[in-house]
Amino acid sequence: MKKIVLHGRKVVGGCAEGEALVTRQTISGWGGINPMTGTIIELDHEIRGQSFKDKVLVFPGAKGSSGWSVYFHIARVAGAAPKAMIFNVMTTKAALGAVVSHAPTVTDLDQDPLDIIETGDWVKVDADNGIVEITKKNG
Amino acid sequence: MYLTDEEKAMLDGKEGPAVQKAMDLLVRYGEALGAERLARTSNVCTAVAISSGLMRDYADKYGFDALFSEFSLDSQEVVEVPMVKTHACQLITGFDAAHWQQMGGTPERVQQIKELEAYNAGIGIQLMSTCTPYQVGNIPVKGEICAWMESSAVVYINSVLGARSNCEGRESTSAAMLTGRIPYWGYHLDENRKATDLVEVELEVESMMDWGLLGYYVGMVVEDRVPVLNGIRHVPNSYRIKHFGASAASSGGVEMYHIPKYTAEAESVEQALGFKKPKNVFKYGKAERQKAYDRLNLSAKNPNVDFIMLGCPHASIEQVWEICKLLKGKKINSGTQLWVFTPRAIRDLADRNGYTKIIEEAGGYLMSDTCPALGQVLPPGTKVVATDSAKQAHYLPAIMGIECWFGSLEDCINAAITGKWSGELK
Repeated sequence: MKKIVLHGRKVVGGCAEGEALVTRQTISGWGGINPMTGTIIELDHEIRGQSFKDKVLVFPGAKGSSGWSVYFHIARVAGAAPKAMIFNVMTTKAALGAVVSHAPTVTDLDQDPLDIIETGDWVKVDADNGIVEITKKNG
Repeated sequence: MYLTDEEKAMLDGKEGPAVQKAMDLLVRYGEALGAERLARTSNVCTAVAISSGLMRDYADKYGFDALFSEFSLDSQEVVEVPMVKTHACQLITGFDAAHWQQMGGTPERVQQIKELEAYNAGIGIQLMSTCTPYQVGNIPVKGEICAWMESSAVVYINSVLGARSNCEGRESTSAAMLTGRIPYWGYHLDENRKATDLVEVELEVESMMDWGLLGYYVGMVVEDRVPVLNGIRHVPNSYRIKHFGASAASSGGVEMYHIPKYTAEAESVEQALGFKKPKNVFKYGKAERQKAYDRLNLSAKNPNVDFIMLGCPHASIEQVWEICKLLKGKKINSGTQLWVFTPRAIRDLADRNGYTKIIEEAGGYLMSDTCPALGQVLPPGTKVVATDSAKQAHYLPAIMGIECWFGSLEDCINAAITGKWSGELK
Protein backbone atom coordinates (compact mmCIF):
# COMPACT_ATOMS: atom_id res chain seq x y z
CA MET A 1 0.00 0.00 0.00
CA LYS A 2 1.25 3.44 -0.95
CA LYS A 3 2.03 5.68 2.02
CA ILE A 4 2.45 9.45 1.90
CA VAL A 5 3.77 11.55 4.78
CA LEU A 6 2.98 15.26 5.19
CA HIS A 7 4.37 17.67 7.76
CA GLY A 8 2.57 20.57 9.37
CA ARG A 9 1.83 22.45 12.58
CA LYS A 10 -0.03 21.21 15.65
CA VAL A 11 -3.35 22.92 16.38
CA VAL A 12 -4.55 20.44 19.00
CA GLY A 13 -2.21 17.76 20.35
CA GLY A 14 -2.70 14.03 20.41
CA CYS A 15 -2.61 11.16 17.97
CA ALA A 16 -5.50 9.45 16.17
CA GLU A 17 -6.20 7.56 12.98
CA GLY A 18 -9.21 6.73 10.86
CA GLU A 19 -10.85 6.89 7.47
CA ALA A 20 -10.72 10.27 5.76
CA LEU A 21 -13.79 12.36 4.90
CA VAL A 22 -12.61 15.06 2.50
CA THR A 23 -14.38 18.17 1.24
CA ARG A 24 -13.09 21.07 -0.83
CA GLN A 25 -15.83 23.29 0.57
CA THR A 26 -15.62 25.21 3.83
CA ILE A 27 -17.88 24.02 6.63
CA SER A 28 -20.41 25.95 8.72
CA GLY A 29 -20.69 24.75 12.33
CA TRP A 30 -23.96 26.23 13.57
CA GLY A 31 -26.50 25.70 10.80
CA GLY A 32 -24.10 23.55 8.81
CA ILE A 33 -23.86 20.37 10.88
CA ASN A 34 -26.11 18.24 13.02
CA PRO A 35 -23.97 17.99 16.16
CA MET A 36 -25.79 14.94 17.49
CA THR A 37 -24.79 12.82 14.49
CA GLY A 38 -21.89 14.75 12.94
CA THR A 39 -23.78 15.03 9.65
CA ILE A 40 -23.24 17.92 7.22
CA ILE A 41 -26.64 19.56 6.63
CA GLU A 42 -25.90 22.74 4.62
CA LEU A 43 -28.27 22.70 1.61
CA ASP A 44 -25.90 22.71 -1.35
CA HIS A 45 -22.82 21.31 0.39
CA GLU A 46 -20.96 18.69 -1.62
CA ILE A 47 -20.85 16.25 1.32
CA ARG A 48 -24.36 16.99 2.59
CA GLY A 49 -25.74 13.95 4.39
CA GLN A 50 -22.34 12.49 5.26
CA SER A 51 -21.10 12.30 8.85
CA PHE A 52 -17.63 13.07 10.18
CA LYS A 53 -18.22 11.03 13.32
CA ASP A 54 -15.13 8.87 13.95
CA LYS A 55 -13.61 10.08 10.65
CA VAL A 56 -10.55 12.17 9.94
CA LEU A 57 -12.15 15.36 8.62
CA VAL A 58 -10.11 17.08 5.89
CA PHE A 59 -11.48 20.49 4.84
CA PRO A 60 -10.30 23.92 3.72
CA GLY A 61 -11.56 25.80 6.79
CA ALA A 62 -14.51 27.16 8.73
CA LYS A 63 -17.18 29.64 7.74
CA GLY A 64 -20.41 31.12 8.99
CA SER A 65 -21.73 31.74 12.47
CA SER A 66 -19.66 32.07 15.62
CA GLY A 67 -21.58 29.05 16.92
CA TRP A 68 -18.94 26.98 15.10
CA SER A 69 -17.08 25.95 18.23
CA VAL A 70 -20.24 25.23 20.24
CA TYR A 71 -21.49 22.85 17.56
CA PHE A 72 -18.22 20.92 17.44
CA HIS A 73 -18.21 21.07 21.26
CA ILE A 74 -21.70 19.54 21.40
CA ALA A 75 -20.59 16.93 18.85
CA ARG A 76 -17.77 15.90 21.19
CA VAL A 77 -20.08 15.64 24.22
CA ALA A 78 -22.58 13.70 22.07
CA GLY A 79 -19.84 11.33 20.89
CA ALA A 80 -20.08 12.52 17.28
CA ALA A 81 -16.82 14.47 16.93
CA PRO A 82 -14.27 13.67 14.22
CA LYS A 83 -11.35 11.45 15.28
CA ALA A 84 -8.92 14.03 13.93
CA MET A 85 -9.00 17.14 11.76
CA ILE A 86 -6.82 18.60 9.03
CA PHE A 87 -7.54 22.04 7.59
CA ASN A 88 -5.77 24.73 5.56
CA VAL A 89 -7.04 28.16 6.52
CA MET A 90 -6.66 29.25 10.13
CA THR A 91 -9.59 31.15 11.61
CA THR A 92 -10.80 31.72 15.14
CA LYS A 93 -13.75 29.44 14.40
CA ALA A 94 -11.63 26.52 13.22
CA ALA A 95 -9.03 26.97 15.99
CA LEU A 96 -11.52 27.16 18.84
CA GLY A 97 -13.71 24.43 17.35
CA ALA A 98 -10.71 22.12 17.12
CA VAL A 99 -9.63 22.94 20.70
CA VAL A 100 -13.01 22.13 22.24
CA SER A 101 -13.58 19.05 20.05
CA HIS A 102 -10.39 17.58 21.61
CA ALA A 103 -9.66 16.03 18.21
CA PRO A 104 -5.94 15.94 17.29
CA THR A 105 -5.66 18.63 14.61
CA VAL A 106 -2.97 19.91 12.25
CA THR A 107 -2.71 22.75 9.73
CA ASP A 108 -0.07 24.43 7.50
CA LEU A 109 0.92 21.15 5.80
CA ASP A 110 3.82 21.14 3.34
CA GLN A 111 1.49 20.03 0.54
CA ASP A 112 -2.21 20.77 0.12
CA PRO A 113 -3.97 17.89 1.89
CA LEU A 114 -7.01 18.43 -0.33
CA ASP A 115 -4.90 17.44 -3.34
CA ILE A 116 -3.42 14.36 -1.64
CA ILE A 117 -6.09 12.89 0.62
CA GLU A 118 -9.28 11.38 -0.76
CA THR A 119 -12.36 10.21 1.10
CA GLY A 120 -11.78 6.64 2.20
CA ASP A 121 -8.00 6.90 2.56
CA TRP A 122 -6.64 5.77 5.94
CA VAL A 123 -5.09 8.76 7.71
CA LYS A 124 -2.98 8.85 10.87
CA VAL A 125 -2.62 12.27 12.51
CA ASP A 126 0.25 12.63 14.98
CA ALA A 127 -0.54 16.21 15.90
CA ASP A 128 2.13 16.54 18.60
CA ASN A 129 4.79 16.04 15.94
CA GLY A 130 2.81 17.63 13.12
CA ILE A 131 2.93 14.43 11.04
CA VAL A 132 0.14 13.13 8.80
CA GLU A 133 0.54 9.63 7.35
CA ILE A 134 -1.78 8.69 4.50
CA THR A 135 -2.43 5.18 3.22
CA LYS A 136 -4.23 5.43 -0.12
CA LYS A 137 -7.30 3.24 -0.48
CA ASN A 138 -6.38 2.71 -4.12
CA GLY A 139 -2.66 2.42 -3.52
CA MET B 1 2.81 31.92 23.68
CA TYR B 2 4.19 34.79 25.79
CA LEU B 3 2.35 35.37 29.07
CA THR B 4 2.81 38.30 31.46
CA ASP B 5 3.39 37.58 35.16
CA GLU B 6 -0.23 38.45 35.86
CA GLU B 7 -1.39 35.99 33.18
CA LYS B 8 0.97 33.29 34.48
CA ALA B 9 -0.49 33.79 37.96
CA MET B 10 -4.00 33.25 36.56
CA LEU B 11 -2.79 30.10 34.81
CA ASP B 12 -1.24 28.89 38.07
CA GLY B 13 -4.58 29.20 39.83
CA LYS B 14 -3.82 32.26 41.98
CA GLU B 15 -7.24 33.69 41.14
CA GLY B 16 -9.13 30.45 41.72
CA PRO B 17 -10.06 27.42 39.63
CA ALA B 18 -12.50 29.09 37.19
CA VAL B 19 -9.96 31.76 36.18
CA GLN B 20 -7.32 29.01 35.94
CA LYS B 21 -9.51 27.00 33.55
CA ALA B 22 -10.30 30.17 31.58
CA MET B 23 -6.61 31.00 31.16
CA ASP B 24 -5.82 27.38 30.26
CA LEU B 25 -8.44 27.53 27.50
CA LEU B 26 -7.07 30.87 26.23
CA VAL B 27 -3.54 29.44 26.10
CA ARG B 28 -4.68 26.31 24.20
CA TYR B 29 -6.74 28.48 21.85
CA GLY B 30 -4.00 31.08 21.39
CA GLU B 31 -1.46 28.38 20.57
CA ALA B 32 -3.89 26.75 18.12
CA LEU B 33 -4.18 30.11 16.36
CA GLY B 34 -0.45 30.70 16.44
CA ALA B 35 -0.92 33.91 18.48
CA GLU B 36 2.19 35.33 20.12
CA ARG B 37 0.50 36.89 23.13
CA LEU B 38 -2.79 37.86 24.71
CA ALA B 39 -4.45 41.28 24.45
CA ARG B 40 -6.37 43.06 27.16
CA THR B 41 -10.09 43.48 26.63
CA SER B 42 -12.88 44.90 28.72
CA ASN B 43 -15.76 44.46 26.28
CA VAL B 44 -17.12 40.94 25.85
CA CYS B 45 -20.30 39.65 24.24
CA THR B 46 -20.99 36.03 25.00
CA ALA B 47 -23.76 33.44 25.00
CA VAL B 48 -24.16 31.58 28.25
CA ALA B 49 -27.36 30.05 27.04
CA ILE B 50 -29.09 26.73 26.62
CA SER B 51 -29.28 26.43 22.87
CA SER B 52 -29.82 22.72 22.37
CA GLY B 53 -31.64 19.79 23.90
CA LEU B 54 -28.36 18.26 24.91
CA MET B 55 -27.45 21.36 26.95
CA ARG B 56 -30.92 21.46 28.50
CA ASP B 57 -30.53 17.90 29.74
CA TYR B 58 -26.96 18.62 30.87
CA ALA B 59 -28.08 21.63 32.94
CA ASP B 60 -30.99 19.66 34.44
CA LYS B 61 -28.73 16.82 35.42
CA TYR B 62 -25.59 18.59 36.63
CA GLY B 63 -26.50 22.27 37.30
CA PHE B 64 -25.39 25.61 35.88
CA ASP B 65 -21.80 25.58 37.17
CA ALA B 66 -21.32 22.26 35.36
CA LEU B 67 -22.97 23.67 32.23
CA PHE B 68 -20.66 26.70 32.36
CA SER B 69 -17.59 24.58 33.11
CA GLU B 70 -18.12 22.23 30.15
CA PHE B 71 -19.72 24.45 27.52
CA SER B 72 -18.14 27.81 28.37
CA LEU B 73 -14.67 26.80 29.61
CA ASP B 74 -14.13 23.33 28.12
CA SER B 75 -13.49 22.10 31.67
CA GLN B 76 -14.74 18.65 32.53
CA GLU B 77 -13.99 19.46 36.16
CA VAL B 78 -16.86 21.48 37.62
CA VAL B 79 -15.65 24.87 38.85
CA GLU B 80 -17.54 27.53 40.76
CA VAL B 81 -17.88 30.60 38.54
CA PRO B 82 -16.95 33.97 40.11
CA MET B 83 -18.05 37.51 39.12
CA VAL B 84 -16.75 38.37 35.66
CA LYS B 85 -13.97 40.97 35.28
CA THR B 86 -15.13 42.76 32.12
CA HIS B 87 -18.25 44.39 30.79
CA ALA B 88 -20.05 41.32 29.48
CA CYS B 89 -23.30 41.14 27.51
CA GLN B 90 -25.50 38.16 26.85
CA LEU B 91 -26.14 37.62 23.14
CA ILE B 92 -29.18 35.95 21.60
CA THR B 93 -30.54 32.93 23.44
CA GLY B 94 -32.63 29.93 22.46
CA PHE B 95 -36.08 30.95 23.73
CA ASP B 96 -38.46 33.83 24.41
CA ALA B 97 -39.93 33.09 27.81
CA ALA B 98 -42.57 35.81 27.32
CA HIS B 99 -43.98 33.83 24.35
CA TRP B 100 -43.44 30.30 25.60
CA GLN B 101 -46.87 29.11 24.53
CA GLN B 102 -46.47 30.30 20.92
CA MET B 103 -43.02 28.72 20.90
CA GLY B 104 -44.32 25.39 22.09
CA GLY B 105 -42.45 25.58 25.40
CA THR B 106 -43.40 24.29 28.83
CA PRO B 107 -43.57 26.01 32.23
CA GLU B 108 -40.58 23.84 33.23
CA ARG B 109 -38.51 25.26 30.39
CA VAL B 110 -39.51 28.82 31.30
CA GLN B 111 -38.45 28.10 34.87
CA GLN B 112 -35.05 26.79 33.73
CA ILE B 113 -34.50 29.89 31.57
CA LYS B 114 -35.40 32.24 34.43
CA GLU B 115 -33.01 30.37 36.70
CA LEU B 116 -30.20 30.60 34.14
CA GLU B 117 -30.89 34.33 33.73
CA ALA B 118 -30.57 34.78 37.49
CA TYR B 119 -27.30 32.80 37.40
CA ASN B 120 -25.93 34.97 34.57
CA ALA B 121 -27.01 38.20 36.24
CA GLY B 122 -25.39 36.92 39.44
CA ILE B 123 -21.99 36.63 37.77
CA GLY B 124 -22.33 40.08 36.18
CA ILE B 125 -23.54 39.37 32.64
CA GLN B 126 -25.90 42.04 31.23
CA LEU B 127 -29.07 40.30 30.04
CA MET B 128 -29.38 42.01 26.65
CA SER B 129 -30.30 38.69 25.01
CA THR B 130 -29.93 39.98 21.48
CA CYS B 131 -27.70 39.41 18.46
CA THR B 132 -27.43 43.23 18.21
CA PRO B 133 -25.94 44.60 21.47
CA TYR B 134 -24.88 47.67 19.48
CA GLN B 135 -28.60 48.58 19.09
CA VAL B 136 -29.20 48.61 22.83
CA GLY B 137 -26.21 50.28 24.42
CA ASN B 138 -22.99 48.34 23.86
CA ILE B 139 -21.38 50.51 21.19
CA PRO B 140 -17.62 49.95 21.17
CA VAL B 141 -15.42 52.89 20.22
CA LYS B 142 -13.06 52.90 17.26
CA GLY B 143 -9.93 50.93 18.06
CA GLU B 144 -11.38 49.18 21.12
CA ILE B 145 -10.28 45.54 21.38
CA CYS B 146 -13.38 43.45 21.97
CA ALA B 147 -14.11 39.76 22.35
CA TRP B 148 -17.47 39.29 20.73
CA MET B 149 -19.18 36.34 19.18
CA GLU B 150 -22.18 36.51 16.81
CA SER B 151 -20.92 36.92 13.26
CA SER B 152 -23.42 39.65 12.32
CA ALA B 153 -22.41 41.75 15.34
CA VAL B 154 -18.66 41.25 14.88
CA VAL B 155 -18.78 42.36 11.24
CA TYR B 156 -20.83 45.39 12.28
CA ILE B 157 -18.54 46.63 15.06
CA ASN B 158 -15.37 45.97 13.03
CA SER B 159 -16.54 47.60 9.83
CA VAL B 160 -19.12 50.24 10.74
CA LEU B 161 -17.66 51.28 14.11
CA GLY B 162 -13.96 50.43 13.70
CA ALA B 163 -13.77 48.34 16.88
CA ARG B 164 -11.41 45.36 16.82
CA SER B 165 -12.82 41.91 17.36
CA ASN B 166 -12.33 38.52 15.85
CA CYS B 167 -15.36 36.32 15.50
CA GLU B 168 -15.02 34.61 18.86
CA GLY B 169 -16.89 31.60 20.18
CA ARG B 170 -18.74 30.78 23.36
CA GLU B 171 -15.71 29.30 25.09
CA SER B 172 -13.26 32.08 24.20
CA THR B 173 -15.67 34.87 25.17
CA SER B 174 -16.46 33.16 28.46
CA ALA B 175 -12.74 32.83 29.20
CA ALA B 176 -12.24 36.47 28.17
CA MET B 177 -14.81 37.83 30.60
CA LEU B 178 -13.23 35.91 33.49
CA THR B 179 -9.65 37.00 32.67
CA GLY B 180 -9.90 40.26 30.71
CA ARG B 181 -7.76 38.67 27.99
CA ILE B 182 -8.15 37.31 24.45
CA PRO B 183 -5.50 36.07 21.98
CA TYR B 184 -3.98 39.02 20.08
CA TRP B 185 -4.58 37.91 16.52
CA GLY B 186 -6.39 38.55 13.25
CA TYR B 187 -8.48 41.71 13.16
CA HIS B 188 -6.70 43.18 16.19
CA LEU B 189 -3.73 43.90 13.91
CA ASP B 190 -3.69 46.86 11.48
CA GLU B 191 -2.37 44.86 8.53
CA ASN B 192 -5.25 42.35 8.61
CA ARG B 193 -7.89 45.07 8.47
CA LYS B 194 -7.03 46.30 4.99
CA ALA B 195 -9.17 45.24 2.04
CA THR B 196 -7.89 42.39 -0.10
CA ASP B 197 -10.73 42.21 -2.62
CA LEU B 198 -12.44 44.92 -4.64
CA VAL B 199 -16.13 44.68 -5.51
CA GLU B 200 -17.26 47.02 -8.30
CA VAL B 201 -20.95 47.69 -7.62
CA GLU B 202 -22.74 48.57 -10.85
CA LEU B 203 -26.30 48.67 -9.51
CA GLU B 204 -28.15 51.15 -7.37
CA VAL B 205 -28.25 49.68 -3.87
CA GLU B 206 -30.93 51.29 -1.73
CA SER B 207 -33.50 49.09 0.00
CA MET B 208 -32.90 46.58 2.76
CA MET B 209 -33.41 43.81 0.18
CA ASP B 210 -30.82 45.39 -2.13
CA TRP B 211 -28.30 45.48 0.71
CA GLY B 212 -29.05 41.90 1.72
CA LEU B 213 -28.56 40.61 -1.83
CA LEU B 214 -25.33 42.56 -2.24
CA GLY B 215 -24.02 41.23 1.08
CA TYR B 216 -25.00 37.71 0.21
CA TYR B 217 -23.21 37.87 -3.14
CA VAL B 218 -20.13 39.50 -1.62
CA GLY B 219 -19.87 36.70 0.95
CA MET B 220 -20.27 34.07 -1.77
CA VAL B 221 -17.29 35.40 -3.73
CA VAL B 222 -14.90 36.84 -1.12
CA GLU B 223 -15.49 34.11 1.48
CA ASP B 224 -13.58 35.23 4.59
CA ARG B 225 -11.40 37.89 2.97
CA VAL B 226 -11.87 41.66 3.39
CA PRO B 227 -13.81 43.39 0.60
CA VAL B 228 -14.02 47.05 -0.28
CA LEU B 229 -17.09 48.18 -2.21
CA ASN B 230 -16.72 50.75 -4.96
CA GLY B 231 -19.69 52.50 -6.55
CA ILE B 232 -22.04 52.79 -3.57
CA ARG B 233 -23.97 55.99 -4.16
CA HIS B 234 -26.54 55.93 -1.37
CA VAL B 235 -25.58 56.05 2.27
CA PRO B 236 -27.12 53.01 3.96
CA ASN B 237 -28.94 53.52 7.25
CA SER B 238 -28.02 51.39 10.25
CA TYR B 239 -30.48 48.56 9.57
CA ARG B 240 -29.53 48.25 5.90
CA ILE B 241 -25.83 48.07 6.68
CA LYS B 242 -26.64 45.64 9.51
CA HIS B 243 -28.40 43.40 6.97
CA PHE B 244 -25.52 43.72 4.50
CA GLY B 245 -22.96 42.51 7.04
CA ALA B 246 -25.13 39.72 8.41
CA SER B 247 -25.69 38.44 4.85
CA ALA B 248 -22.00 38.54 3.93
CA ALA B 249 -21.12 36.79 7.19
CA SER B 250 -23.64 34.02 6.38
CA SER B 251 -22.80 33.19 2.79
CA GLY B 252 -19.07 33.67 3.35
CA GLY B 253 -17.24 34.44 6.54
CA VAL B 254 -16.82 38.17 6.11
CA GLU B 255 -15.78 39.77 9.43
CA MET B 256 -14.56 43.11 8.07
CA TYR B 257 -15.39 45.22 5.02
CA HIS B 258 -15.01 48.77 3.82
CA ILE B 259 -17.39 51.14 2.09
CA PRO B 260 -15.35 54.30 1.55
CA LYS B 261 -16.74 57.34 3.36
CA TYR B 262 -19.45 55.30 5.11
CA THR B 263 -17.51 52.81 7.22
CA ALA B 264 -15.00 53.64 9.94
CA GLU B 265 -11.61 53.00 8.42
CA ALA B 266 -11.64 54.07 4.78
CA GLU B 267 -12.05 57.40 3.04
CA SER B 268 -11.20 55.95 -0.38
CA VAL B 269 -10.89 52.62 -2.17
CA GLU B 270 -7.12 53.07 -2.35
CA GLN B 271 -6.83 53.69 1.37
CA ALA B 272 -9.04 50.69 2.14
CA LEU B 273 -6.69 48.54 0.08
CA GLY B 274 -3.65 49.94 1.92
CA PHE B 275 -2.52 51.45 -1.41
CA LYS B 276 -1.94 47.97 -2.82
CA LYS B 277 -3.53 46.20 -5.75
CA PRO B 278 -6.56 44.08 -4.90
CA LYS B 279 -5.96 40.32 -4.95
CA ASN B 280 -9.35 39.76 -6.56
CA VAL B 281 -11.77 42.02 -8.38
CA PHE B 282 -15.46 41.16 -8.65
CA LYS B 283 -18.34 42.89 -10.34
CA TYR B 284 -21.84 43.16 -8.93
CA GLY B 285 -24.39 43.66 -11.66
CA LYS B 286 -27.81 42.26 -12.54
CA ALA B 287 -26.58 38.71 -13.16
CA GLU B 288 -24.77 38.62 -9.80
CA ARG B 289 -27.80 39.97 -7.97
CA GLN B 290 -29.95 37.31 -9.64
CA LYS B 291 -27.51 34.62 -8.54
CA ALA B 292 -27.76 35.72 -4.90
CA TYR B 293 -31.57 35.88 -5.14
CA ASP B 294 -31.78 32.41 -6.68
CA ARG B 295 -29.50 30.86 -4.07
CA LEU B 296 -31.53 32.45 -1.27
CA ASN B 297 -34.74 31.05 -2.77
CA LEU B 298 -33.20 27.66 -3.58
CA SER B 299 -35.47 25.71 -1.22
CA ALA B 300 -38.74 27.51 -2.04
CA LYS B 301 -41.40 26.00 -4.32
CA ASN B 302 -44.75 26.12 -2.55
CA PRO B 303 -46.36 29.62 -2.66
CA ASN B 304 -48.64 28.84 0.30
CA VAL B 305 -46.77 30.44 3.18
CA ASP B 306 -47.37 29.24 6.76
CA PHE B 307 -45.03 31.55 8.59
CA ILE B 308 -43.44 34.99 8.15
CA MET B 309 -40.29 35.74 10.09
CA LEU B 310 -39.05 39.34 10.39
CA GLY B 311 -36.24 40.76 12.50
CA CYS B 312 -32.97 38.99 11.73
CA PRO B 313 -30.67 40.45 12.90
CA HIS B 314 -33.02 41.72 15.62
CA ALA B 315 -35.09 44.64 14.35
CA SER B 316 -34.39 48.23 15.34
CA ILE B 317 -37.27 50.40 16.55
CA GLU B 318 -37.29 52.01 13.09
CA GLN B 319 -37.86 48.61 11.48
CA VAL B 320 -40.64 47.77 13.96
CA TRP B 321 -42.28 51.08 13.08
CA GLU B 322 -42.02 50.35 9.34
CA ILE B 323 -43.63 46.95 9.88
CA CYS B 324 -46.43 48.62 11.84
CA LYS B 325 -47.08 51.15 9.06
CA LEU B 326 -47.65 48.26 6.62
CA LEU B 327 -49.72 46.19 9.08
CA LYS B 328 -51.91 48.82 10.73
CA GLY B 329 -55.59 48.05 10.36
CA LYS B 330 -54.93 44.83 8.45
CA LYS B 331 -55.38 41.20 9.46
CA ILE B 332 -52.99 38.47 8.60
CA ASN B 333 -54.26 35.34 6.87
CA SER B 334 -55.86 32.82 9.22
CA GLY B 335 -53.46 30.05 8.16
CA THR B 336 -50.34 32.22 8.43
CA GLN B 337 -48.30 33.23 11.45
CA LEU B 338 -46.17 36.37 11.77
CA TRP B 339 -43.34 36.66 14.29
CA VAL B 340 -41.22 39.80 14.53
CA PHE B 341 -38.00 39.71 16.57
CA THR B 342 -36.39 42.64 18.36
CA PRO B 343 -34.17 43.11 21.44
CA ARG B 344 -36.11 43.05 24.70
CA ALA B 345 -35.19 46.66 25.43
CA ILE B 346 -36.65 47.71 22.07
CA ARG B 347 -39.77 45.66 22.73
CA ASP B 348 -40.30 47.76 25.86
CA LEU B 349 -40.07 50.84 23.65
CA ALA B 350 -42.44 49.26 21.14
CA ASP B 351 -44.90 48.56 23.96
CA ARG B 352 -44.82 52.23 24.95
CA ASN B 353 -45.25 53.37 21.36
CA GLY B 354 -48.23 51.07 20.79
CA TYR B 355 -46.36 49.03 18.14
CA THR B 356 -46.68 45.72 19.98
CA LYS B 357 -50.45 46.28 20.03
CA ILE B 358 -50.59 47.03 16.29
CA ILE B 359 -48.71 43.82 15.49
CA GLU B 360 -50.85 41.77 17.87
CA GLU B 361 -54.11 43.25 16.54
CA ALA B 362 -53.08 42.19 13.05
CA GLY B 363 -52.54 38.68 14.42
CA GLY B 364 -48.76 38.62 14.82
CA TYR B 365 -46.33 38.66 17.76
CA LEU B 366 -43.42 40.91 18.68
CA MET B 367 -40.87 38.56 20.22
CA SER B 368 -37.39 38.89 21.69
CA ASP B 369 -34.43 36.97 23.10
CA THR B 370 -34.20 34.43 20.26
CA CYS B 371 -34.92 33.73 16.58
CA PRO B 372 -36.30 30.69 14.72
CA ALA B 373 -32.89 29.54 13.50
CA LEU B 374 -31.06 29.88 16.79
CA GLY B 375 -33.92 28.65 18.95
CA GLN B 376 -34.82 26.01 16.35
CA VAL B 377 -38.43 26.94 16.87
CA LEU B 378 -41.22 27.53 14.36
CA PRO B 379 -45.01 27.64 14.76
CA PRO B 380 -46.33 24.06 14.85
CA GLY B 381 -46.82 22.52 11.40
CA THR B 382 -44.73 25.11 9.52
CA LYS B 383 -43.61 23.88 6.10
CA VAL B 384 -43.13 27.12 4.16
CA VAL B 385 -41.49 30.24 5.59
CA ALA B 386 -40.96 33.73 4.17
CA THR B 387 -38.47 36.27 5.48
CA ASP B 388 -36.79 39.55 4.59
CA SER B 389 -33.54 38.31 6.15
CA ALA B 390 -30.87 36.77 3.94
CA LYS B 391 -29.26 35.23 7.02
CA GLN B 392 -32.44 33.51 8.10
CA ALA B 393 -33.17 32.36 4.51
CA HIS B 394 -29.65 30.95 4.35
CA TYR B 395 -29.87 28.93 7.55
CA LEU B 396 -33.52 27.98 8.16
CA PRO B 397 -33.99 25.42 5.35
CA ALA B 398 -30.88 23.52 6.45
CA ILE B 399 -31.62 23.67 10.17
CA MET B 400 -35.38 23.16 10.14
CA GLY B 401 -35.96 21.26 6.89
CA ILE B 402 -38.53 23.78 5.63
CA GLU B 403 -38.92 25.74 2.38
CA CYS B 404 -38.04 29.41 2.68
CA TRP B 405 -38.81 32.44 0.50
CA PHE B 406 -36.60 35.50 0.64
CA GLY B 407 -37.81 38.94 -0.43
CA SER B 408 -38.55 42.49 0.63
CA LEU B 409 -40.41 43.56 3.76
CA GLU B 410 -43.37 44.46 1.53
CA ASP B 411 -43.32 40.98 -0.09
CA CYS B 412 -43.34 39.43 3.38
CA ILE B 413 -46.20 41.56 4.71
CA ASN B 414 -48.22 40.82 1.55
CA ALA B 415 -47.64 37.11 2.09
CA ALA B 416 -48.72 37.47 5.73
CA ILE B 417 -52.00 39.08 4.67
CA THR B 418 -52.81 36.87 1.67
CA GLY B 419 -51.11 33.64 2.73
CA LYS B 420 -49.46 33.52 -0.72
CA TRP B 421 -45.93 34.39 -1.77
CA SER B 422 -45.83 36.73 -4.75
CA GLY B 423 -42.41 38.28 -4.32
CA GLU B 424 -40.02 38.62 -7.20
CA LEU B 425 -36.75 40.31 -8.04
CA LYS B 426 -37.59 43.58 -9.74
